[in-house]
Amino acid sequence: MIKNRTAQGYLLNTVVIAVLLIGFAFFKGALGGGGEFKLIIVPSIWQCCYLIILAASLNLSLGFLGQLSLGHCGFMAVGAYAAALLSLAAERAGVFEDKSGTAFLLVLAGCIIAAGILAAIVGLLVGIPALRLKGDYLAIITLGFGMIIVNIINNLPFAGQEGLALGSASASLYKNGLGFGTALKVTYIWVAIAVTLVCLVMMFMFVRSKYGRAIRAIRDDEIAASASGINTSYYKTFTFAYSAFFAGVAGALYACANATLSTSSFAFANGGILNSTFVVVMVVLGGMGSLTGSIVAAVIMFLVNYQIKNGVWVQHLPAWLQNIFSFPMLVYAVILIIVIMFRPKGIFGSYELSLRNFFSDIKLQRQNRLAQKLESKEALRNG
Amino acid sequence: MAEERIPVLETRKLGITFGGLVAVSDFNIKVFRGELVGLIGPNGAGKTTVFNMLTGVYKPTEGSVLLEGEVLNGKKTHQFVAAGIARTFQNIRLFKQMTVLENVLAAFTKDIKYGMIETLFRTPKFWKTEKELKEKALDLLSIFHLEDKAEYVAANLPYGQQRKLEIARALATDMKLLLLDEPAAGMNPTETTELLECINAIRNRFGIAILLIEHDMSLVMNICERIQVIDYGITIAEGLPEEIAKNPKVIAAYLGQ
Ligand SMILES: Nc1ncnc2c1ncn2[C@@H]1O[C@H](COP(=O)(O)OP(=O)(O)OP(=O)(O)O)[C@@H](O)[C@H]1O
Ligand SMILES: [Mg+2]
Repeated sequence: MIKNRTAQGYLLNTVVIAVLLIGFAFFKGALGGGGEFKLIIVPSIWQCCYLIILAASLNLSLGFLGQLSLGHCGFMAVGAYAAALLSLAAERAGVFEDKSGTAFLLVLAGCIIAAGILAAIVGLLVGIPALRLKGDYLAIITLGFGMIIVNIINNLPFAGQEGLALGSASASLYKNGLGFGTALKVTYIWVAIAVTLVCLVMMFMFVRSKYGRAIRAIRDDEIAASASGINTSYYKTFTFAYSAFFAGVAGALYACANATLSTSSFAFANGGILNSTFVVVMVVLGGMGSLTGSIVAAVIMFLVNYQIKNGVWVQHLPAWLQNIFSFPMLVYAVILIIVIMFRPKGIFGSYELSLRNFFSDIKLQRQNRLAQKLESKEALRNG
Repeated sequence: MAEERIPVLETRKLGITFGGLVAVSDFNIKVFRGELVGLIGPNGAGKTTVFNMLTGVYKPTEGSVLLEGEVLNGKKTHQFVAAGIARTFQNIRLFKQMTVLENVLAAFTKDIKYGMIETLFRTPKFWKTEKELKEKALDLLSIFHLEDKAEYVAANLPYGQQRKLEIARALATDMKLLLLDEPAAGMNPTETTELLECINAIRNRFGIAILLIEHDMSLVMNICERIQVIDYGITIAEGLPEEIAKNPKVIAAYLGQ
C-alpha cells in the first residue's frame, strides 16, 4: 500500500499508459498492419503526436505565462529544418546506411534533441527583446518574428525555397535523411509516442514546480508577482525558450513524418494545419492553463481537420458549405469564435484531468463555485 | 539611543514628478526595527506613490531609498523584495486563479534552491523543499486563520480574507520591512479589529518594521508609534499620535478635503 498520494498518482498514470500501449500493440496486431492501418491510422498518430506537443508547449507561454505568442510555428520550422539537415549531413558522412540499427536510432535521437535546443536558442533570442512588450504588441512582434524565421530559412542556400526536396540539399527526405516512408512510419511509431510522452512529462514537471507557480503568478498579476520577489523577465524568457524547445522537437517529428519539407507549410497564412493560428485555436479550445486540455483539443482539431478534408460526408453537404470547407482557416476561425462565445475558458478551463483526483476534484470545484456564489451574494448585500 | 542604530528604512529627499506634476517631494523618513509607523494624508496626497518608490515600481526622480544603509536606487522591484521590502496593494492584487496556498508558495520562489534538473527528475531535494515550503505556507496562513481555505481559488475568498491573504503572501518573502497600503479599506469594524490583532501578532512574531498607510484616523492613532503626514506630496507633520491629532496643519489638511 502506497501512502504517498503523489507516488500513487505517478503509478496510476504509468499503469494506464502501459495498458494503453499494450492495447495499441494488440490493435496493431489485429489489423495485421493492413492498408488502412498503414496508410491512415499510423500517419494520423504521427500527426497527432506533433500537434499535441505543439499545442501543449504553446500552452506554456499562452495559458500558463499568459503571453500571446503568434510565432510558435516559426520555432517548429527551426526544429524541422535543423533535424532534417542534420540527418542528411549524418547520412552523407556515412554515419548510417539505411534507416535501421543503433546508429540510425542514435542519429534520430541526436537530431530530435538538437532540433529542440536550436529552437530554444532561437526562442531565447526572440524572447529577450519581444517579451518587453505586452498583449497585442507582443502578439504582433512574435507574428513578425515567426515570419522572419521562415523567411530566413527560405533564403538559406542549403535549405532553399522549394524545401528540402528540391533545394540545393537536393535529396528528398523520403529517400534520405529522416523522412519516413509508410513502412518506416509503422516501424518507428514508438519513437513518436515515446517522444510525445517524454515531452509531456517534462512539461507537467515544469508546471508543477516553482516554475509553474511563478509563471502563473506572472499571468495573474505581473506587478504583484514582482512585488512578491519573482524575477519576472527571467521566468518569462526562460518559459518562452522552454516552450520553443518543444516546438522544435515537434518540428523534428514533423520532419520524420513527411517526405518533403517546405517553408510554406510553416508560414503564418498557410491554409493547412501547421500555422500559428491553428495552434492558438487548439490551446484556447482545450483551455488555457490545462495541458491535458491541450492534448484533447489537439486530437479534436486533428479530427476536425481530417474530416473537413477527407470525410465522406462532406460530399453530401450543400455546395456552399463545401466551398467554405475548402478554406479550413475559416472553419477554425468559426470554431474559435464559438468556443469564445459559449465556453470562454475552453473545454477544460485551467483544470487538469487527473486520474487519481477525478472525483475529489469535482467535489472541490463544486465547493469553489459555491464559495463564489456566496461571495457575490455578500458583495451584493454590502454594495 | 535610537539615533545611533541603523534604521531599517531610510529615505533621503525622495521625490518624483510625473510630467509637470510634483507628486512627492523631499520625503524623508526613518523606520526602525520593530516599529510601526503610520503614513497618512488626504486623498491624492502621494502615499501610494511613496510606496511605489519604496518598491521600485516607480523610479524616483530625486533622492534615495536605503534599506539598512544599503542604497536601493535603480534596482528592479524583485530586487527590492530580495533586499527585504515587501508590500500589499491598495486595490488588492492577488494571483486570482491560483489557490490560497499557491499564492503564498509563489512568494517563496526567490528562496527556492532547486533548479530545472531537480524539477525534471523529481529528486529527493525537490520533494523535501516542496514539503517544507508547504508546511511553512500553511503556518503563515494559520496566523490569518486561512489554513482550512488553502485549496480555495483566491478569487473566491471573501473580501476581508483576500486582504489577509495578501499580507500572508507579503510575509512569505521573508522581509525586514513590510509596507501595508490601506489594509483595512472596505472592511467592517469586526474585520478591522481582527486585522489589527493580526498586524500586532505579526510584529511580535517576526520583529519587523511596518509602515502603514491608512485613511481611518482612529485606527492609525491606536496602533502606530509614530505618524508622518503628507499633503500634496509634502510632509506637513511627523511625530507621536497625540501630537499629530493636535497639529493645526494636519487638521486643516483633513478639513480642507
Ligand atoms: N503613474 C502616474 N502618472 C501620473 N500621475 C500619477 C501617477 N501615479 C500617481 N499620480 C498622481 O500622484 C498623486 C498622488 O497619488 P497617490 O495614488 O500616491 O495618492 P494617495 O495618497 O495614495 O491617495 P489615496 O488616499 O486616494 O490612495 C495623484 O495626484 C496622482 O494623480
Ligand atoms: Mg493610495
